[in-house]
Amino acid sequence: MRKLVVSLAALAAALAGPALAQSVVITNARVLTAGPAGEIAHGLVMIDKGKITAVLDQTTVRLAFAPGTQVIDAQGGVVTPGFIAPNALLGAVEVRSLGDDLVVNNPDIGAAFDVQYALNPASTLIPVARMAGITRAIVTPISAGGGGGGADFHADDGEELMTAGGGGGTKSAALFAGQAAVIHLGEATEILVKPKVGMVVPFGDGGANVAGGARGAEIVALQTAFRDVRDYMRNKVAYDRAGVRDLALSKADLEALIPVVEGRMPIIAVVHKASDIRAVLKFAREEKVKVILSGAEEGWMAAREIAAAGVPVIIDPLSDRPETFQTLGSSLENAGKLHAAGVTVVLQGSGGAHRIRELRYNAGNAVAYGMPYQAALAAMTINPAKVFGVDAQVGSLEPGKDADVVVWTADPFEPLSQPTAIFIRGQAQPLTSRQIELRDRYKDLSGPYPPAYSR
Amino acid sequence: MRVLTTAVAVCAAAALSGCASTAATTSKPAAGDSAKAKPLPKGLDSGRGEDAYASTYRPLPSRPTALVDATIFTGTGEKIERGVVLIRDGKIEAVGAQIVPPASYDMVDADGKYVTPGLIDAHSHLGVYPSPAVPAHSDGNELTDPNTAGVWAEHSVWPQDPGFNLARAGGVTTLLVLPGSGNLIGGRSVTLRNVPARTVQDMKFPGAPYGLKMACGENPKRVYGSRNRAPSTRMGNVAGYRTAWINAADYARKWDDYRAKADRGEKADPPKRDLQLETLAGVLSGEILVENHCYRADEMVQMIGIAHEFGYKITAFHHALEAYKIADILAKEDICVATWANWWGSKLEAWDAVEANAPMIHAAGGCAIIKSDDPDVIQRLNQEAAEALSAGRAAGYQITEGEAMKWITLNPAKAIGVDKQTGSLEPGKRADVVLWDKNPFSIYAKAERVYLDGAIAYDRHDRRYQPKSDFELGQGAGR
Repeated sequence: MRKLVVSLAALAAALAGPALAQSVVITNARVLTAGPAGEIAHGLVMIDKGKITAVLDQTTVRLAFAPGTQVIDAQGGVVTPGFIAPNALLGAVEVRSLGDDLVVNNPDIGAAFDVQYALNPASTLIPVARMAGITRAIVTPISAGGGGGGADFHADDGEELMTAGGGGGTKSAALFAGQAAVIHLGEATEILVKPKVGMVVPFGDGGANVAGGARGAEIVALQTAFRDVRDYMRNKVAYDRAGVRDLALSKADLEALIPVVEGRMPIIAVVHKASDIRAVLKFAREEKVKVILSGAEEGWMAAREIAAAGVPVIIDPLSDRPETFQTLGSSLENAGKLHAAGVTVVLQGSGGAHRIRELRYNAGNAVAYGMPYQAALAAMTINPAKVFGVDAQVGSLEPGKDADVVVWTADPFEPLSQPTAIFIRGQAQPLTSRQIELRDRYKDLSGPYPPAYSR
Repeated sequence: MRVLTTAVAVCAAAALSGCASTAATTSKPAAGDSAKAKPLPKGLDSGRGEDAYASTYRPLPSRPTALVDATIFTGTGEKIERGVVLIRDGKIEAVGAQIVPPASYDMVDADGKYVTPGLIDAHSHLGVYPSPAVPAHSDGNELTDPNTAGVWAEHSVWPQDPGFNLARAGGVTTLLVLPGSGNLIGGRSVTLRNVPARTVQDMKFPGAPYGLKMACGENPKRVYGSRNRAPSTRMGNVAGYRTAWINAADYARKWDDYRAKADRGEKADPPKRDLQLETLAGVLSGEILVENHCYRADEMVQMIGIAHEFGYKITAFHHALEAYKIADILAKEDICVATWANWWGSKLEAWDAVEANAPMIHAAGGCAIIKSDDPDVIQRLNQEAAEALSAGRAAGYQITEGEAMKWITLNPAKAIGVDKQTGSLEPGKRADVVLWDKNPFSIYAKAERVYLDGAIAYDRHDRRYQPKSDFELGQGAGR
């Protein structure tokens, strides 16, 4: 044991050595790694050149940092990986009523729609989400009707909770709503991390809507489309000479679907009702395509089948109302029951845009209703990283991964906890947002000059 | 078919004659009316309509109960450690740390648990926008005229909305159900006791005042502007409100003149009763509270100007995401602010939200309220309050949990006019009480038991006290 201690101390000293400007050590923290190391009650995390370089049990290490190393004393707080928010609209929407860049109604561009070209790193929503510990997001096209909400619900205020991938009630002409991309939320001119990580397809009511009114028509239309893609793949030359029969999709859409029919790009299946979930599982099995269930309010009713199929689910753990006839079985225990059945669960925030910051509270509620704490943490870190193919870079606090690290005053699922430091790709992020600037401008209303003169 | 038609016709005739004879023989002048004044035909006397829809609420059966060794948030700002709450005859009997509970009471060991007043949601659309949210259920916004002051939310409430049960499991014992905000003046709100019931009358809070829903900003001008009719601008909105109040003041004057003449025994022809103007006149006379949906700071001040012009009071601004910009003015005007911590960005007037809105109102000495306007948030008002509290502390305000508890108890009770009866754990008030398994400002806390008027209305661990609406029965795989 002594030998180990010495070597770790040497490692620490070495890492804290020459290139010190970017070196950060976070000490005195309860470290929730979301990785194989699990929870370290009294740990430290080292960051250098954008990467995590060490995650250590502080009780086994003598601290010996070279001058110039920035030491952040977490004072007994909690350190977590940055959270990864699925079904997000970040970078593709500002004011909701002014529209977004995630809905397409173009007969030639459905599957080919690619959100990677729309991303706005200067979005006002990004710092707000970041202040809730979210450091990555899966920006996801919005599919046709039938998310959690009926179009009428927030008619009171014209305010609909908008969830990417969950459907915002918009009618689309396309069977395929387009391709999602992974972004980071750091301050940068480029936030795209990985494009083309999933293809959104609505099922259930939403699928029926885009296929002419009935579920059965949608599955047939999808089978036809996939057959066309396979024909196209075999006969590209003939297609270009116009020597093949008419295909239902545009060339751009056919090309975009090749990775899907080859099983390389998962379908993000927006689906709610247990019977529709079973139909999706059957469809995926028959077509030999990868699938992620999104919504899945009645997932708990088909949990064993979902687990047996090895299919992950993205859920809002707060869904518990019979909001539509597709979600009569909605339950706060959905997350816990799916996890218990062995399903890989990914948790989402409240909507994918303005209230995405509630992701950490949603995780807390999942825990309150039966999901183990570490499982809930995984469901917003390593699970989405794996599901969207970025787990080699992010999702846990492990040496070699990108340094997406958040320091909290205490348990991040608790509203009374706040972040005290946020790193994305090793870069310290400012702990502010337009909202916080507005707040501070109006804290003192007694000045001789109007608030407009304050910065 | 012919038989049925005939029968209906006979009934109608009988009812009419019954009406007439009743009016002629049994009506008595109400207090304050002159005995000389001849009663008006039934249904034509302005301001007498409420009785036909009166509350039939009856408390559930209760027993004398003692909640012992609890951490108590009283709702008045205080926190009591290892305290006792005594409930008797449906009322709070005593609250404190030094109370010895009588042995005859049902003892509830609340050691390590928390007790709060029943939560009050000052802004809900349960029942008028129920689950499932299908078009057939869309009964919250009468979008046929920018002024529908004559509609009453209670005439839309579906008591079988499963949302009531979910809200109760979240500790909500009283709620204000409002019409929507598509109109300048949307209609009357109704205050409900959150009990399972066959009729809305069985839920109506006895003696609670009516409220009037008004709405600023984008919604009315969007709804009517898109139909190429007024209002299509904010100045059109304001002209619409002012015109309505002029008509209401004129209506009230005509009825006052008529009553004065009738009292003097002079011959007088009564004005024709008008449901819209009757409700607005109720605001001008102070009987009906104004619940005003309004986001932007500058528009709230315009609405205050209108209230001053016509001599009514705005009880609360709802949503009010920019209230923090005019916290001083709102405190001075004694107008409550019913808002969220997290909702923003849906439209331009919701763009300048700050999480600390409620704490900033509180810090300025105002009346801060956290409300839901949402069938999901209503289940977790305590969490929304915790989020606001946390944002307030992050902004540097020293606010205790006891004070923040007022945002979801006593302050909303005040804003809907029932603070003499509920909203805090004080002797004599209705025993609306929530027993929490943990600190309600924790994300992990759940309401274990909810008392309404001292009766167990919900118990998380006892299926006998987990009511299901008719809609939930036999559907949803026993969720």
